[in-house]
Amino acid sequence: MSARSWRGAEAMEPFRTLRSAAVPFARSNIDTDQILPARFLSRPRDDNHGAYLFRDLRLDPDGNEIADFPLNQPHWREARIALGGRNFACGSSRENAVWALYDHGVRAVIAPSFGDIFANNSVKNGMLAVTLPEEVVASLIAQSIADPAAEIAIDLPAQTVTGPDGAVHHFEIDPFAKKSLLEGLDELGFTLTHAEEIAAFERRLGRDNF
Amino acid sequence: MFEKIWARHRVLEREDGQTLLYVDRHLVHDGSAPAFEMLRKRGIAPRAPDRIFATPDHYVPTDTRDVDAIANTEHRGMVEALERNAAESGFRLFGLKDGGQGIVHVVGPETGLSQPGMLIVCGDSHTSTHGALGALAFGIGSTEVAHVLGTQTLWQRKPRTMRITVNGTLGFGVTAKDVILAIIAEIGAAGATGHVIEYAGSAITGLSMEGRLTLCNMSIEAGGRAGMVAPDETTFAYLKGREYAPADWDLAVARWRELPSDPGAVFDREVVLDGNAIAPMVTWGNSPEDALPITASLPDPEREADAERAATIRANFAYMGLAPGMPLTDIKVDRVFIGSCTNGRIEDLRAAAEVARGRRVAPGVTAWVVPGSAPVKRQAEAEGLDRVFTEAGFAWREAGCSMCLGTNGEIAAPGERVASTSNRNFRGRQGPGARTHLLGPAMAAAAAVTGHLADVRQIMAGG
Repeated sequence: MSARSWRGAEAMEPFRTLRSAAVPFARSNIDTDQILPARFLSRPRDDNHGAYLFRDLRLDPDGNEIADFPLNQPHWREARIALGGRNFACGSSRENAVWALYDHGVRAVIAPSFGDIFANNSVKNGMLAVTLPEEVVASLIAQSIADPAAEIAIDLPAQTVTGPDGAVHHFEIDPFAKKSLLEGLDELGFTLTHAEEIAAFERRLGRDNF
Repeated sequence: MFEKIWARHRVLEREDGQTLLYVDRHLVHDGSAPAFEMLRKRGIAPRAPDRIFATPDHYVPTDTRDVDAIANTEHRGMVEALERNAAESGFRLFGLKDGGQGIVHVVGPETGLSQPGMLIVCGDSHTSTHGALGALAFGIGSTEVAHVLGTQTLWQRKPRTMRITVNGTLGFGVTAKDVILAIIAEIGAAGATGHVIEYAGSAITGLSMEGRLTLCNMSIEAGGRAGMVAPDETTFAYLKGREYAPADWDLAVARWRELPSDPGAVFDREVVLDGNAIAPMVTWGNSPEDALPITASLPDPEREADAERAATIRANFAYMGLAPGMPLTDIKVDRVFIGSCTNGRIEDLRAAAEVARGRRVAPGVTAWVVPGSAPVKRQAEAEGLDRVFTEAGFAWREAGCSMCLGTNGEIAAPGERVASTSNRNFRGRQGPGARTHLLGPAMAAAAAVTGHLADVRQIMAGG
């Protein structure tokens, strides 16, 4: 293992706008164990994690595609947007779940709510997690199922999602996350510019932190 | 309480509300290799090695203590990478050889590293465990681990607060695991998303520290960013004399007494439960919210008004091999797993041993006891619990995460049904096709000796 390495935290690929078909994962509480099964957690970052995405839902134990899983549908294989149910990617802190989606080509996930840690991990990797009301996501899912080639457009500067029906939905995003995504911000490098403030804080701390 | 801890750790605050928080304790395990690699590539060294504490738990086998015996080279590499990173950076490692190893969320509290008022992070979602001691503790991803290593800080936007009050007194045979499963069944697996939970009420303050650790451990399964219990005499008594307890004890306790929420503190959300009404709980589906009292029967999707919920129940039944209306106590089990950061502490093993004592594991059932740490294992052996378990037919193993998530290769076979004291019943969590039912340690022991999900109260009453 020592000879192998993980891809470092270089500046991310910026995210501005995206237009794509959208693959629906319609159930609520889809957890990170399903998105990236635990047995792939020891793989180095420079492995293609897309191969492990939804591994046990996408492929049978012999490695054959399970026909009715959304990612195996012709129009959704290349989808760069995913639609999720409530509490999408709940569970483990594993960033590998984001890596699996990202390496597969997904750049944005739209859901009514997300596992908190997953949403944080997404931003750190240049992947947008958009929260929209449940009925809006349900409508987008219905449109994608009715026409798998239908495209959704995301405009991050304007904070809008435009559905296949032309309806425009505004979404909220933390300004810091937005800036990180737009600029491909290197957060660690940014924080290191505050080294003086951190050092000053440390000087104020006692030996015991209580 | 949350506000007080937040304020004490604020290094700076941006105009957009993002706050740079200082991290007191950074707990690290053997899944942390990618974060160290990210840092190494950038030529940055850990800023504060004296605030980093590590132990291997995810990838260590529980049938041996020998790293060289790990056949899977990737798994062995993760354990070795942690040892190497500790040696290079000079942080404390609770290792396999020094007898201090264990699950990171068991080691932190039992060494006294986790203390009231602290900000604690770790690259594992169950970091919420440490909130039981009145700390603000939460899980982070690899990139954030690298950020904390490099800067000892983390950017955060202030989460919302939620108070969950459980009044009353817990009945005979009802434990912290049942309380948290009842809470998640009530508010849902996303019920606390975006919130830090503060647990309160007589049923909570009446819990031992071990019970509070179990409770806070599963806050993440309710969607919570963190869970916490205000420090009190139970907390102080637990911490006193531990390896990392503060040198100036009286001063520390005086400071800790200032932490609990002031009377009249306002929370963004309040939930109240009746502790008297909670029965031993067990899950049947693939989310921790699919939990019912052991006396109940499985739901009927035909009677479910919400179409999506009905579809989910059907999908869960298909995966779990269950049918509508079936009494929970009719569900036979193949394996039993007692352990994990949820229920691998000494009190959990005592509770399970009480049920196992003088009984036998049912024919055809494989039952494991995996202590949460090497010190827990030694303590259990000093009390003779290992003998109780082995005489009853349980396997007595070494410490680690083991079958909770199976990253070390210890998994159930496809279709096998597991009664597990761990925290997640997700599809494939304990191995592809494995079927997990979550329950408390005494309930797990009851399932082991009867061969099916069982009401531990009846077994203990029946002698």
